[in-house]
Amino acid sequence: MSSSSGTPESWISSFCSLLGHEYFAEISEDFIEDDFNLTGLQAQVAMYKEALEMILDVEPEDDDDEEEEEEEDEGDESIEGEEGAIRQRAVERRHHRMASDLSIIESSAEMLYGLIHQRFICSRAGIQQMSEKYELAHFGVCPRTNCEQVRTLPVGLSDVPGEDTVKLFCPSCLDVYVPPNSRFQTVDGAFFGRTFGALFLLTFPDYDISKRGAEVLGGDRSSRNLPDSQRTDDEKINGFNAHNLAPGLGQGKVYEPRIYGFRVSERARSGPRMGWLRNRPVDLHELDEATLHAAEHPDESDDGAEVESDPRQAGRRRQNGGSPMDVEANGETYA
Amino acid sequence: MDDFNSETDSDYTSYWRDWFISSRGNEYFCEIDEDYLTDRFNLTGLNGEVQYYQYALDLVTDVFDLDCDDEMRETIEKSARHLYGLVHARYIVTTRGLAKMLEKYKKADFGKCPRVMCEAHPLLPMGQADNPNAKAVKLYCARCEDIYNPKSSRHSAIDGAYFGTSFHNIIFQVYPALIPAKSYDRYVPRVFGFKVHAPAALIRWQHAERDEMRRRLRKLEIESGFKDDEGDVEAEDSEEEEEEEEADPEVFENGEAQGGQVGPVA
Repeated sequence: MSSSSGTPESWISSFCSLLGHEYFAEISEDFIEDDFNLTGLQAQVAMYKEALEMILDVEPEDDDDEEEEEEEDEGDESIEGEEGAIRQRAVERRHHRMASDLSIIESSAEMLYGLIHQRFICSRAGIQQMSEKYELAHFGVCPRTNCEQVRTLPVGLSDVPGEDTVKLFCPSCLDVYVPPNSRFQTVDGAFFGRTFGALFLLTFPDYDISKRGAEVLGGDRSSRNLPDSQRTDDEKINGFNAHNLAPGLGQGKVYEPRIYGFRVSERARSGPRMGWLRNRPVDLHELDEATLHAAEHPDESDDGAEVESDPRQAGRRRQNGGSPMDVEANGETYA
Repeated sequence: MDDFNSETDSDYTSYWRDWFISSRGNEYFCEIDEDYLTDRFNLTGLNGEVQYYQYALDLVTDVFDLDCDDEMRETIEKSARHLYGLVHARYIVTTRGLAKMLEKYKKADFGKCPRVMCEAHPLLPMGQADNPNAKAVKLYCARCEDIYNPKSSRHSAIDGAYFGTSFHNIIFQVYPALIPAKSYDRYVPRVFGFKVHAPAALIRWQHAERDEMRRRLRKLEIESGFKDDEGDVEAEDSEEEEEEEEADPEVFENGEAQGGQVGPVA
């Protein structure tokens, strides 16, 4: 089926190397060839079959040959006629494809690839590939000054294509931004989907998300490994490592408007009103509602609250970093 | 920076300020009035800050006629730009300066807020320090009240002191009608339609902070400025929010509703 092995560049890799497609991961052919992964897409994409063939670099003739073989197995009597008809159809189709349809198929293929991509990056192999891209800061950095250029993740605000373009999710301030370069304003947000950003944080809880994109590219590994190893037995709050829970927010990271050095009062008409958006409690334990509830009501035997205080449970959760998917990011260390 | 040499060689004798504000990378600056520049009172203290102060001032005011070598001229040129920036920080908080910057703000000359929920609200340039050579210029969004780095590297090299720490706040005190309506709109991280526990808990905490602030302001009878403020409903605050959040057009609305129901039963 995969005739692409011989060709220098597959459709997928050429698509991913197009200008503006830097955020895309290369979907493995295995993933696309598994029909289960494509459930429901047939109805969403025009010329689905042709688009799928294009993505997989399958020549239409190949496809017809297969059909031929199948039909040969069924019966030998009318083989002459059928073969002729099939050949004619193949010729017609090839002729068809050379016409203006090609551009329609091309755009269909891009749509189909995007929709598969939305699913792929939420799979084990896909999210791992995206983690490699994240490590290299392929998705850019947060424009917010107090986030200090931490790396972002591409997300969509909708799972339905055609609604909005791709956005960048900053795990440090938990907000979404428009990519700085206008070439990304043609990339559909649905090709990344609403789930990927948050799922990434859940899958790789041990990434140091407060690391600056420039540092990663600078490649001074020695200085980075130390704090990482110190942090391994860091505590968890609500399933996140405490140091990874919105590190760009809170005291000192909230902009305070000042005039000639004096803070503008909240009581002024033009006073600050949005501080809450960039704030977080000084003591993050305030957010651990279940534990707080258990402490306040010790007599209530609520299972959910007691799970937190059970040391065995806590140990088990830590083993895989609290991730339900337990994927190793790029080998042994999280950058 | 690189291309100014060729241009200044021919142009430096006249209309220096015109050239300066129209050259690439200086889009954030407005033109300082001649009157303002020639009033020595406005330049108090800058002679200690700027090298070749007098020559630089002459250059800025187009009366420079010193015959000197290229190296010297370049030094003076650099000083002139520094002087212009420092005077600029003072000028833009004057009535005329504010009006000029307001025009530029309305045209979104300083760019638009990158935050998705701010819907491309225009930005204002600001500095994090009033002393030169401390911090580069940042951009302030009045809608989310946060500061952002300029997109382009040619802007991120500009000194923040050329705009100062006060200008972007003063402009909203002088023109209160410009204050944009604040919004509750925000991004909520979700996985398959379900909120993620840790961010959701943080968001609940932030919303409690916000409602406390609104209550404080209401007690003082000060307008909070939120466009989706319901006014004098106090007890219903928390419910209101919940509705607000659930009302998002969600593909997974059903799943979410089920999730909410399963919780208390189990």
